[in-house]
Amino acid sequence: MSIFVDKNIRLLVQGITGRQGRFHTRQCVLYGTNVVAGVTPGKGGEKIDDIPVFNTVGEAVDKTRANCSMIFVPPIYAADAIAEAADNGIELIVVITEGIPVLDMIKIKNYLKNTRTRIIGPNCPGIITPGQCKIGIMPGFIHKPGGPIGVVSRSGTLTYEVVNQLSSQAIGQTTCIGIGGDPVVGIGFMDCLDAFERDPDTKGVVMIGEIGGTAEESAARFISENMKKKVVGFIAGLTAPPGRRMGHAGAIVSGGMGSAREKIAVMKENGVYVCEDLCTFGEFCIEVFKQ
Amino acid sequence: MRIHEYQAKELFKKYNIQIPEGGIAFDPREARTVAREIRRFPVVIKAQIHAGGRAKSGGIKFAGSTDEVYSLANDIIGAKIVNSQTGHEGKFVRKVLVEEKLEINKELYLGIIIDRKTSKIVIIASRAGGVNIEETSSKTPEKIIRVYVDPNLGIQQFHCREIAFNLKLEFPVMKQFVRTLQRLYALFIDYDCSLAEINPLVITAKESVVALDAKIEFDDNALFRHRDIVEYRDIKEENPLEVEASEFNLNYIKMHGNVGNMVNGAGLAMATMDIIKFAGASPANFLDVGGGSTIEMIEKGFRLILCDKDVKLVFINVFGGILRCDMLAQGIVQVAQKTAIEIPILIRMDGTNIDDARKIFYESCLKPVYTVGLKDAAQKIAKLAGNGTGI
Repeated sequence: MSIFVDKNIRLLVQGITGRQGRFHTRQCVLYGTNVVAGVTPGKGGEKIDDIPVFNTVGEAVDKTRANCSMIFVPPIYAADAIAEAADNGIELIVVITEGIPVLDMIKIKNYLKNTRTRIIGPNCPGIITPGQCKIGIMPGFIHKPGGPIGVVSRSGTLTYEVVNQLSSQAIGQTTCIGIGGDPVVGIGFMDCLDAFERDPDTKGVVMIGEIGGTAEESAARFISENMKKKVVGFIAGLTAPPGRRMGHAGAIVSGGMGSAREKIAVMKENGVYVCEDLCTFGEFCIEVFKQ
Repeated sequence: MRIHEYQAKELFKKYNIQIPEGGIAFDPREARTVAREIRRFPVVIKAQIHAGGRAKSGGIKFAGSTDEVYSLANDIIGAKIVNSQTGHEGKFVRKVLVEEKLEINKELYLGIIIDRKTSKIVIIASRAGGVNIEETSSKTPEKIIRVYVDPNLGIQQFHCREIAFNLKLEFPVMKQFVRTLQRLYALFIDYDCSLAEINPLVITAKESVVALDAKIEFDDNALFRHRDIVEYRDIKEENPLEVEASEFNLNYIKMHGNVGNMVNGAGLAMATMDIIKFAGASPANFLDVGGGSTIEMIEKGFRLILCDKDVKLVFINVFGGILRCDMLAQGIVQVAQKTAIEIPILIRMDGTNIDDARKIFYESCLKPVYTVGLKDAAQKIAKLAGNGTGI
């Protein structure tokens, strides 16, 4: 089992003909993902390898029954692409694009509030169910299929580091999700934690946060109130100076809010097993999850 | 992106938000000219820097005559303002805003931001405006009014009524306040602001509603659709190394330690700074070369670290995913071929094309110290640059 995605998804790639879109689509196919269509307005009728390209999402869904989309279109057109996917019944939209204006994202989020559509990202590595499907830009080979640990993170390469340490300790993963580094993202920690709690194959969860906002604090309260499974947490940015945006648009300590110290304290209070030293993350997980 | 108060007030003027009469001056003589044009004393002279807390640190002064304007402007321009918002290195003043001093009856606070949690636009207002708003917010949160606006609906009359009645405004003033609020909201949306703040928004003795101060910050991700705002960028307010980095799309932030570091990805870059600190040393910078970086970007990033005189050790931490390790190695080696490197270079690489990368280093003149995994890296940092304190 896994959460949100498995080998049965039918993936559509918006922006498939761009350099990044083309490269990562191939990587996903090589990993075993079922990519059924691509969309680039004006390039309908072309093919990327064996994948048919359509002008609109509507046509692609019609012809291929795609039910999940991965978006690579540039920031200016990204909100438009998300809305197009949602309006055509796509239920899971993975937005890789970095640099989408926040106002565009909050409009989209409010627009989709009462629909079944879920957004992962933007500015994220995507989602992978090891051994089944990869929808995103993460290196597939570091993952170890079969579980029993779920991973949810706001970061990209930091997640690869953590997953690599898990795999080297022979701890496999059920599903790994990067929810994105922007101030406003689609699904959050809580949606993923809730799904992992319900997934019978996931025995424990790793949650990787960073400075900025209060998502980790809310997640910590959710964990203490709603979860029986153990959660190991890590927060990046103990040494980040206040008021500075640390690479990710959402990673900023402002007005005394969103510091790593505060997040770690709230997580510990709520029963999250916080690992403070990234160097020993794998060993830490062995200790916590060994029962 | 931040802009100066006088620039924000230019935007206010465009949106018919009332501001005090005045103008910008780059030297004391210009300040005197602006004061003469105002023709009323006293006037206020305000240092234009990208930081608040100016009143408490000598950045805001009042003058009763043109001579006094000259001498006070002379004192402020060229001075260094140091307070909690500027950081201990302070901010150098290059220009002042000279404005009429208003007779004030009441100081309000009005701000607009985006609420990350609810994905709504939130209007924040208070009757307790002025310099202590942060304190008010933390000690007496009930004095802060918050109204949430759905961005797809936009600001409505009832939002305005809710704020105006809660602020206990009388009728003629209320009408002016509501207009100010609607205009500030329009500006916020039109220009993709991340913050639009008037503190204080004053009610004058003549019952006018005037923006005494102005603070606007813009969403960097939306600057592509606001070319006119990009013109407002004042690179003199930024660290020169950071400006150079931004030209190459590198995320670089200067810090105060002596271990330079270069990482791919913001999260891992932050975590790497933390590792350096845990090892008992201190990071000299934050540098995220990003996932899609080119050899040129790696080269530039590495050069930036090397030209920082504080750096005594460089730690390169890369988890190759999209960024291939061999590309990283090429960038580093290209620098080493042109520049003599006299400080130790510690490299931790994992992921895509690591064997090719090692070969590139092996055949080059550079002799980096390799580490296997992060634990080993931390120990080597401690040995090469640490003082054994940690955090």
